[in-house]
Amino acid sequence: MTVLLRTEHLTKRFGGLVVTNDCDLEVTAGEIHALIGPNGAGKTTLLAQLSGELPSDGGRIAFRNRDITHEPVHHRVAAGIARSFQITTLFSRLTVRENLELAVQARTGHSFDLFRPVAREPELEQGAAEMAERVGLLEVFDRVVGTLSHGRQRTLELGLALACQPRLLLLDEPTAGTDPEESLRMGDLIQSLKGDHAVILVEHDMDAIFRLADRVSVLVAGQIVATGTPDDIRANPEVIRAYLGDGVED
Amino acid sequence: MSEPLPQPEKSATPLGTGLPSPWAALAIAILLAAYPLVMNALGQTFYIGLGSRVLILALAASALNLALGYGGMVSLGHAAFLGAGAYTAAILAGLGMNQAWVVLPSAFAAAAVLAGLTGAISLRTRGVYFIMITLAFAQLFYYLAVSLPSLGGDDGLPLTERSKLPGLRLENDLSFYYFVLGTAALVFFLLYRLVSSRFGRALVATRENERRMAAIGYPVFRIKLLAYTLSGGIAGLAGGLLANLSMGVTPHTLTWHQSGILLVMTILGGSGYFWGGLTGAAIFLVLEETISAYTEHWNLALGLLLLFIVLAAPNGVMSFTGFRRGEKA
Repeated sequence: MTVLLRTEHLTKRFGGLVVTNDCDLEVTAGEIHALIGPNGAGKTTLLAQLSGELPSDGGRIAFRNRDITHEPVHHRVAAGIARSFQITTLFSRLTVRENLELAVQARTGHSFDLFRPVAREPELEQGAAEMAERVGLLEVFDRVVGTLSHGRQRTLELGLALACQPRLLLLDEPTAGTDPEESLRMGDLIQSLKGDHAVILVEHDMDAIFRLADRVSVLVAGQIVATGTPDDIRANPEVIRAYLGDGVED
Repeated sequence: MSEPLPQPEKSATPLGTGLPSPWAALAIAILLAAYPLVMNALGQTFYIGLGSRVLILALAASALNLALGYGGMVSLGHAAFLGAGAYTAAILAGLGMNQAWVVLPSAFAAAAVLAGLTGAISLRTRGVYFIMITLAFAQLFYYLAVSLPSLGGDDGLPLTERSKLPGLRLENDLSFYYFVLGTAALVFFLLYRLVSSRFGRALVATRENERRMAAIGYPVFRIKLLAYTLSGGIAGLAGGLLANLSMGVTPHTLTWHQSGILLVMTILGGSGYFWGGLTGAAIFLVLEETISAYTEHWNLALGLLLLFIVLAAPNGVMSFTGFRRGEKA
């Protein structure tokens, strides 16, 4: 398998607090790579460094063998890294259609075309409709996002990231706050990405992780302490001690 | 799955709010073109000058509206751009350059450059900090103008004659009005194209959720900076016209008071509505003119009236209208 993303000695400090500490992570193309770790381990910070929202204080990030450590967010999206947010971050006053059209517009370029009316550019609408169908939001295509159920908003989080046509998706707790039925649906959706997109999945639901992930990395205090298949991780005594505790009763 | 209350199928979202209907534009154009003829017929030629003033400040307020209403950038320093345009026109006149087709584009360019440079710094801040830094820049230029003898200090710079346009005598109030109207029509047309373009959409969406815009791949800083620069340029163009109207420019044009008036006009008319700047400028200036004819305490009366309007229409007067085109049939 080809390595898609590699971090070497990646570091982030907030004042004296080292949040990401000499972190080495490797993600191969098309895999679902779960990132687990206790609260405060620095999972969200690491995702923000990978997406470019937070600058890193040390180390480097290579994506498709290119150093992107200092690239701004929009360049990384263009290169193929897109993220969803743990706290729903959508255009909540716009419709599902408009949300997705904006993502398609970014991907199809020329947003500095100043004087040509955008209304009803068929490629935008078509791209948006295709994505809505794929994630199952077509029936609420013209609804204002703020009026949708939480589960559907979480789905749109994923849809917006997918609409960027990324090679690597960074999903920060995609099922946060959803009910069990919605979680299952989200799980199926993530499962369907396997092969086409690599996914770094931050998730607290262990059942979902062991069901979906090809590999699991365990982050403790900003460092990857173990990487392996779900079964390896379940059996790893160090991981059990550091993180899982008595959480693996099955 | 349970869903909240059903919504209308097609809703006018913020992406549609700022797009005017062509019919409204036509009606406004006819109204503004007929206005001086009516005033002439009524023998109220004084009001033709007031009309020019309304149109010029409508341009300035619409410029601010592009930054504030569409882009969510609350600038308390747009007087600097208005003043930059006015001083450019006066300086060029002092150098003997009176051709309108040179003066006005120069006023635009000077203010746009100023906005681009200050914006590149200001836009690294957010919220209250952005308001304060735009104010600080404007104050800087105010004190610069006051203290530089070559800019006339407190007295400002006079204009010995109005800009010239081949075949049109702008000394005449009526022809000057039509000149301003023509310029305003051109700017409004370009603004209309701008806000309905991909760029306009990206700008409004950046106002709605900047973090999300960055995450789906937009260069949000560049989007905001370009909008801010164009906004400054249009304010500068208005400044060039204003210097022509008042036959000169004083540092008063650069005061924070002037920035505040532009903000009031924009918010009063409807920030984020295409005709918000025009509506706000018209209401503000007509009220000011009318009330000041009756009492010397007109500021108090004007303030109370504005307070009443803003309480009745928190989103501006334009929010009452049906001039929206959010529905995408």
